[in-house]
Amino acid sequence: MMPSLEFLLASGIGFVTAAGIYLLLRGRSFPVVLGLCMLGYGVNVFIFTMGRLWTGVPPILKAGPDVADPLPQALVLTAIVIGFATTGFVIELALRSRHDAGTDHVDGHEPGQPKPHDHEGGPR
Amino acid sequence: MNLAQHLPILPVLVPAITAVLLLLLGDADEQRAWARRLALASALLGAVFAFQLVDLAGSGVLTVYRLGEWPAPFGIVLVVDRLSALMLALSAAVALPVLMYASGGWDAKGRHFHALFQFQLMGLNGAFLTGDLFNLFVFFEVLLIASYVLMTHGLGRERLRVGTHYVVLNLAASALFLVGMALMYGLTGTLNLADLAVRVPRIEGGEASLLQAGALLLLVVFGFKAALVPLAMWLPATYAAASAPVAALFAIMTKVGVYAIWRIHGVVFGADAGASAFTVQPILLPLALATCVVGVLGALAAHSMPRLIAWLTVASVGTIVAAIGLFSAAAWSAAMYYLVNSTLVIAGMFLLAELVATQRGRMADRLEPCSPVAQPVLLGLMLLLAAASNAGLPPLPGFVGKLMLLQAAAGHPWAVAVWTVVLVVGFFTLVGLARAGSILFWAVRPDMPANTVGGSPPRLLAATLALLVMSVLLSVWAAPIQRYTAAAAAQLQDRDAYSRAVLPESGGTEAQTTRPYRIPQPGPPPPLPLTDTNGAPR
Repeated sequence: MMPSLEFLLASGIGFVTAAGIYLLLRGRSFPVVLGLCMLGYGVNVFIFTMGRLWTGVPPILKAGPDVADPLPQALVLTAIVIGFATTGFVIELALRSRHDAGTDHVDGHEPGQPKPHDHEGGPR
Repeated sequence: MNLAQHLPILPVLVPAITAVLLLLLGDADEQRAWARRLALASALLGAVFAFQLVDLAGSGVLTVYRLGEWPAPFGIVLVVDRLSALMLALSAAVALPVLMYASGGWDAKGRHFHALFQFQLMGLNGAFLTGDLFNLFVFFEVLLIASYVLMTHGLGRERLRVGTHYVVLNLAASALFLVGMALMYGLTGTLNLADLAVRVPRIEGGEASLLQAGALLLLVVFGFKAALVPLAMWLPATYAAASAPVAALFAIMTKVGVYAIWRIHGVVFGADAGASAFTVQPILLPLALATCVVGVLGALAAHSMPRLIAWLTVASVGTIVAAIGLFSAAAWSAAMYYLVNSTLVIAGMFLLAELVATQRGRMADRLEPCSPVAQPVLLGLMLLLAAASNAGLPPLPGFVGKLMLLQAAAGHPWAVAVWTVVLVVGFFTLVGLARAGSILFWAVRPDMPANTVGGSPPRLLAATLALLVMSVLLSVWAAPIQRYTAAAAAQLQDRDAYSRAVLPESGGTEAQTTRPYRIPQPGPPPPLPLTDTNGAPR
């Protein structure tokens, strides 16, 4: 028996989101960025699903009761664009932070190493 | 075309256009004077529009602005009620002095400061105006993207490290926002706040539980933005690492989260929401009180002045959300009054902390004895004023706000807890600030090299003073402002009037749409559900 489309999509979203959260909790900036991407994918498909799953139905009203909801599709587009832009920014920020701190660890220093101070007078 | 008719969109458009002009102007040193003038003029214009909107909303009119004339809930609407107008005026009141302060030198320490500042204002104003949940998300993103760059303004290792954390945490929160929003859409078939308020009470049974899960997810997101415990730990590090004017501007950013909690959880999921009524009530008040306590403990343990103020921001958010959590008009009125005051005072304190730090020698903003400051009387009095207002000493507005809150809490089952926490937190705020003030101004070490900085430039002093004076004025005009906030709270609780204003075609009831979808039943196809106003099929 074929699993239903709903089951496939739900488990797929769950798997991608779980992978995203796992990566998000890593200590290096690159896996964290990847985790954010994965999380974004999961969320985008989730929004899409909230218009319910239809097959062979146009996203426009016509002489028939069945329409695929066009709104989640528009929402997903917006979310994708925003997600893409912010991912670009976070990659650039992570690169800059790695350049300045000399490490790609999210704490700004290697684990086990003492915390550096850039100048006297604390964080400023 | 009547300009007054388009007043509600202007607080969004003016910063957007200014930001584009500023980008065109570039940020070379030669153009900086012009960039400053343009940014200040735009902020001034924004303040004029904001106060016009306050005037308009104060008469009790609920202004609905339809973007592109599409009727709600199909198009996006901007709604100006008393609360929105108050928040717009507050953001303008914070932005002007902060911009003046930043023009004193901070804007030259990084690129495109003024353009980003305007984008941030655009996001803030949009979030306060919008009447649509997805549009709220978009404006959240606008203000966050601007804040990511402003946060790292001036660069430096610590800012980049904390900035990366800030960005990653906010992106994760945005993902949760989308999930919560999508759940709401999936169950109610609408994103318009007025339409949601109409439809949420009709959802029952298992679907209501799912809807409440969506609402709680949104509470996580807004609680994170507002820095509600246990999601407050990012705030002190971020605000302490940001440059002073940016931290002062960020004082209003936490209030966007508070505002969203108000709109979604206070109104849409508040009283009269059927099976979903008071979804967050069991957790909101305890969390808010915990936020107050954690905030003030952090302030007592802080080792630098900006960190202390950042923790006080957390405590003040706790106080405001506690008042929202009481779910009564009187408490909401107190929350609004206290919100305005605490935002102004905290913004002023962030600026003041930097003035003090530049006048001290090697220790800068660290709370350790050092050489004396150049202007001890002026800065000391300013800190005293801010501290007394923050802690809630009469006759300053902090006291008025807390008194309103305590009165509103009387009779509530949690009254004892609210009274205890608010009073004890006020006391320890005073202790923390007294400790800081005595170290900064009295614990002078003559053996340290005297600092060579003279007095602070008058422009910076004036900007800081302006914020503190505005806070004092809240006390002077306490009666009219209190009348305004009381009316705003009553207006906020009147869901029917809001729905009638936003959805006039359907008379404030559920608008006819094809959503939410049901699995089509076998049998003859149902009639076309979407009809226009004449009843003819579209």
